[in-house]
Amino acid sequence: MSNAEDFNNTVENQWCPGCPNFGILKAFKKAFAEMDKSPDQVCLVSGIGQAAKLPHYLNCNFFNGLHGRALPAAQGIHAANPNLTTVVVTGDGDCYGEGGNHFLHAILRNPDITVVVHNNELYALTKGQASPTTLPGEKRTLQMKGVEKNQANMLAMAMINNCTFVARGFAGEIDHLKDLIIRGVRHKGLSYIDVVQPCITWGTRPVSWYKERVYQLESDYDPSDRQAALEKTTEWWERIPIGVLYQTSPRETYAARFRNVVGGRAMAEMEPLGAEAVRRVFEGYYPV
Amino acid sequence: MEDLNIIIAGAAGEGVQTVGAVLSETVLAQGYAVFSWQEYESRIRGGINSYTVRIGETVSNAPRMEADILLALNDGAARKYLSRLKPDGVLIAPSERWERMIPIDFTKTARKEIGKTIYANSIAVGALAGTLDIDLDTLNRVLLPRFERKGEEVVKANRAAAEKGHALAKGQCRDICHWRLPRRDDRFVLINGNEAICLGAAHAGCRFVAGYPMTPSTEIMTFLAKEEDRLQILVEQAEDEIAAINMAIGASFAGARAMTATSGGGFALMVEAISLAGMTETPMVIILGQRPGPATGLPTRTAQGDLLFAIHAGHGEFPKLVLAPADPKDAFHRIVDAFNLADKYQIPVIVLTDQLLAESGYSIPEVDVGKSRPVFHLAVPAAFEDYKRYRITPEGISPRLYPGQSRHLVGADSDEHDEEGHITEDLGKTALSMYEKRLRKTDALRRDLPSPERYGVDDAEIVFIGWGSSRDTIREALDLMKAAGIRAGSIHFTTVWPLPDFQFPEEKRFWVVESNATRQFAGLLAGTYGITVSGHINRYDGLPLTPEFIRNRFHEQR
Repeated sequence: MSNAEDFNNTVENQWCPGCPNFGILKAFKKAFAEMDKSPDQVCLVSGIGQAAKLPHYLNCNFFNGLHGRALPAAQGIHAANPNLTTVVVTGDGDCYGEGGNHFLHAILRNPDITVVVHNNELYALTKGQASPTTLPGEKRTLQMKGVEKNQANMLAMAMINNCTFVARGFAGEIDHLKDLIIRGVRHKGLSYIDVVQPCITWGTRPVSWYKERVYQLESDYDPSDRQAALEKTTEWWERIPIGVLYQTSPRETYAARFRNVVGGRAMAEMEPLGAEAVRRVFEGYYPV
Repeated sequence: MEDLNIIIAGAAGEGVQTVGAVLSETVLAQGYAVFSWQEYESRIRGGINSYTVRIGETVSNAPRMEADILLALNDGAARKYLSRLKPDGVLIAPSERWERMIPIDFTKTARKEIGKTIYANSIAVGALAGTLDIDLDTLNRVLLPRFERKGEEVVKANRAAAEKGHALAKGQCRDICHWRLPRRDDRFVLINGNEAICLGAAHAGCRFVAGYPMTPSTEIMTFLAKEEDRLQILVEQAEDEIAAINMAIGASFAGARAMTATSGGGFALMVEAISLAGMTETPMVIILGQRPGPATGLPTRTAQGDLLFAIHAGHGEFPKLVLAPADPKDAFHRIVDAFNLADKYQIPVIVLTDQLLAESGYSIPEVDVGKSRPVFHLAVPAAFEDYKRYRITPEGISPRLYPGQSRHLVGADSDEHDEEGHITEDLGKTALSMYEKRLRKTDALRRDLPSPERYGVDDAEIVFIGWGSSRDTIREALDLMKAAGIRAGSIHFTTVWPLPDFQFPEEKRFWVVESNATRQFAGLLAGTYGITVSGHINRYDGLPLTPEFIRNRFHEQR
């Protein structure tokens, strides 16, 4: 049995003191411990941004790649070694902005990975510019006269494109988020969790504003009802629902056909074809 | 016999490729060496394309423009390519006029005599076999299996069409067809650069390929996707080239040998990730099939214009290797090298091809598969009590494990990092030693690189220097020049960065031959070896270098 402390390390944390990201980090550690994962079974994959630093603060395998490109790297990692628990840790700028097209295509491809998006509605590391989830009209450090672009609804985008697990968590409700992560990792196929993560440095609304509005989905909420779930994704300003918004039975996952042929080993463990087999392929190039 | 050059021309979608491929295979089956190259427009239908088949008793893998026979599927194609027909050459076309002429209206004959216009191509290959005096049995052995899936009726109709074409040609050959291609015992593999790269990758133990379609490299993905199960390589069409290379880097980080293939524009999108591979020290093989640029350029034509771009690809400073194979046989072995060296030095390796090498059919007597073998460099987990992915070592190469391989944790970061892969801003110490550790790898890498190939250098007065796909073309140009009394040799590079340690011969005049306008390789040579370049031969009109082009330019300039 592993415990949350197994995932601690001594790397100096660069987040602002009091950042809700610390809550997300804690939820991850508790989730992995509860699933009885050992650090070597987990691979966290991130891009660039404050969220993307999380893998450094959790004792496990990690790939901290390029801005916006966490999802392609994660899909390659998962393709090469499906036995790893591959989790993408990303932000709204990383995943919805720079990597938006990768996000859409990852959903379409449906690899068995989990995507956790720290959504603070702005760019924090580059000092307060608007992100795809900033509200229109909000003044930001680059949008001095107010944001003119519309706000993205990525939860609905995911549902419409048949993502089979769509959830929203809150950085301030650690145990609830932990449960979402566990359910997401256990779900076969791409599971997506958008996490409300107020920014205490650049945000326009205090953490308390979010706390007052966040509520857990009612026990009679039916996550398999896509129309109702789509409606739920529009509920934001007055009240903010958290929980599994949409979940349906898994569909075929990425590379399933290939894996049925070659088995579930890490690609690194597969023996090379050998000269004889390659020579036989060459034979096909001689004339009839 | 003298080498024989045949052009098949027609509109895109009219069957130029089918006729060319069937002719090539038929001649190959007859025991002759073939070199086939295509030039075509970037469109699905219409335009006018050509497929040139060079036939000889010995291997001559160089394109030549002048043709002995021009078969034009329509008269417009005949008019476009007549300028490439030798004065005593033979034209086979519907009705275009030429002194030595075999008029055959392929479409009309197909409709009237066989029943459907789709049999026009089989009439055309039949006509070529008749003109070359190749018996129908050999042709049918190549042609008919192509239609077996479509049922007996279709096979029968194609057989009749080939016979008709054969008879029409024979009947009109009179005294103008003097070619005879009796059966010989020689056997050659007919393979293009893309196919050889795929087989080399498979031999090297490549397991993952992600890419985005782009001429002339698309075929690499298509070929591997078709062979996915037999070769056990997972092929993914990514949403763009950025995703493609990042997926491949992810797979490589996780222990799989991985590759991507593209052309200039797609490569431009990959450049940030090449830097990522350099920083995270993740082995990576990238095929760059060159075509003339800038931007979209001439999508289906050939060039060597991305040399400096490839060498300099990626922000920041990090070691990389750039190879440029000379032909498919070389490509097969160099791809295995590419994977082995990428793995050993944990660097990106870029392999430059071009449309000529990628898509032309080369005859190769034999491929010695066993000459290359995959050599893996992953570390053994049990060797470490306390594992550090980026341990500082004298040669700069750190032990590489993959995540999930053992209890040892593996981390990688695009930020400057410490020995465990965690972000660092410790400038004077950690960051600096990491920077230098990565660059140190180039010293050892350079010692692993083969010298350029020398050909007739000792007796030469003039040495032609080339790189990549032009090797055999340059050698054939030397033969043309020798016939004119010029003492010429060649030095040919297939490793273009870093340039290997090499002593250039003294007292020779050097000419550099390349398919770009800005003398890119010549500049590299001068900068690295300090040699003086006496002359330049550059081609950048989208067509391949030919022996005649090199000879003519040399005579014009000297």
